[in-house]
Amino acid sequence: MNAATHERLARLLVGAAAAITIALLVTVVMGVAAPGAAHITPSFLFTSPRSMGREGGIAAPLAATVLLLGVALAVAAPVGIGTAIWLTEYLRQRWLVAFITFATESLAGVPSIVFGLFGFAVFVLRFRMGWSVWSGGLTLALMILPTIVRTAQEALRAVPPGYREGALALGATRWQALTRMLLPAAWPGIATGMILSVGRAVGETAAVLLTAGSALGMPRHLGDPARSLAVHLYILAAEGISLEKAYATGTVLIILIVLVNALANRLARPPRAGKERWPWSRRPSSNSKKSKSVTMTCRPSPASRSAFRARR
Amino acid sequence: MAAVEPRASQSSGRGARHAEVVAKILLAASATLAAGGILVITLFVAASGWPLLQQTGWWAFVSGRVWSPGTGVFGILPMIAGSVLVTLGALVFGCGLGLPAAIYLAEFAPRRLAGAVRQGVQLLAGIPSVVYGFYALTVLVPLIRRVSSGSGYSVLTGGIVLGVMILPTVVSLSEDAIAGVPAEHRLGALALGATRWQTMVRVLLPAARSGLVAAIILAAGRAVGETMAVIMVTGNVARFPSSLFDPVRTLTGNIALEMAYAAGEHQEALFATGLVLFLFTMSLNLLARAAGRRKRPG
Repeated sequence: MNAATHERLARLLVGAAAAITIALLVTVVMGVAAPGAAHITPSFLFTSPRSMGREGGIAAPLAATVLLLGVALAVAAPVGIGTAIWLTEYLRQRWLVAFITFATESLAGVPSIVFGLFGFAVFVLRFRMGWSVWSGGLTLALMILPTIVRTAQEALRAVPPGYREGALALGATRWQALTRMLLPAAWPGIATGMILSVGRAVGETAAVLLTAGSALGMPRHLGDPARSLAVHLYILAAEGISLEKAYATGTVLIILIVLVNALANRLARPPRAGKERWPWSRRPSSNSKKSKSVTMTCRPSPASRSAFRARR
Repeated sequence: MAAVEPRASQSSGRGARHAEVVAKILLAASATLAAGGILVITLFVAASGWPLLQQTGWWAFVSGRVWSPGTGVFGILPMIAGSVLVTLGALVFGCGLGLPAAIYLAEFAPRRLAGAVRQGVQLLAGIPSVVYGFYALTVLVPLIRRVSSGSGYSVLTGGIVLGVMILPTVVSLSEDAIAGVPAEHRLGALALGATRWQTMVRVLLPAARSGLVAAIILAAGRAVGETMAVIMVTGNVARFPSSLFDPVRTLTGNIALEMAYAAGEHQEALFATGLVLFLFTMSLNLLARAAGRRKRPG
């Protein structure tokens, strides 16, 4: 076999692998959403489940999910963003930065069921919160903390040093520079991180099952046990209660994830560094160091882009 | 840096300095909290499982072949085997498909198409595991039941589902690893007259090896820790499987299934299971870190 045929065959094979990957995505999404979409009606969304979920809708699990996410974000966002600020703006000891970063990153590698065990042992039993929105939300907060810290850190690091220096040169304290210059500049990145972490928390099942319980009632306050959408889907499917409701619940989950993804993409389109590797596909806006610092304020127009390319 | 701080205007000077101190304390406190999380989790899970491990002994717990909470016999070897087998299946499936897909995305795909595929993969990563589990339960389990003599709840089913679930990890991390190879390598190989495929196989993949290994190990870590999709399709029988079509129970499944009603010794045994699982995933993550950090030759 000569090199050209070999080349063509190999490209075909790797292309096929990518096509199958996408086909799998479409199969799973459509496999759940196609049978489920028809059952999603306002009454499904806004009535609570009856007879174990066989009848009625998903109002209670939907409300429980929102409450759980609210508690998780309310706790994790300040702590996570604070940690990121401390690491990037204040802390000077390199080893301590490395240590704290390592600790939060390790948290990201912990399996969700272990978070569940921890939440159960600490929040449910030790702190006597029982199966409740509090326990579940705090457990979720721990789970999403690493994402928030990492994305906020990246966002703060991406702020051009000139912003920092300029603010300080004008006599601002570090706190003023931070709240008036750095945080606003880094905000899209930080918000994206929060949204992505919500995406993870929406679908979390094991940890929520162990800490918030699976009571089907509408949670009236944060001390009530609650069943999230994901847990609801698990119970409907695993106990064979109602396939139809399970499809519809799964579809709602998928829609939520798609929305979260779209929102995150819209908020921040991070130029993926190191993607332009072939000289002929280079774009000046994301490649040359010179233009990097100005992308914040002025994007090169298509015309200037082609002019730039012609000059090279 | 410190020298510029106190020069705020007269009127807001004191307030600003107070704010500075308070802010510092709050920020340090939140960092302590975030860093302490992993320690507290390790300690609590370990402490909760410790009494049982003391009583039965580490080795007996890990190598015991019988799990019988009713009679107080706790051995998790079948569950360890279950986790390992299902993870291996996932790696075969996920890497067999994910690595070539990553190669395509990194080097051969048209730019627009690559962008679209990346978005799709990102979405694939975001879909909750319980949705994968549900889909597999309704489609894959009956399919496997038809082609085999078993119930359809099996090692193979679990492996396939987990393989699909780790695809995004494998694809995006491997693509990053290949993309991270310096352009000189690529250009040099092409200048020497290699085709792009030859460049990929002889230059880029060897150069990206450490990153690829790290990607695969991280994916394995995710597969070991996955819970919901696995318990929905593997059948959860705490016995050694004798074929790919036999049901198994994983470490994660063991905890998730029995925690709700466990008490006393039984509950301690589940925490001990969690500790073993935790050590498993931690060592995989550390291994991936070590592999990823290794310098490329050249």
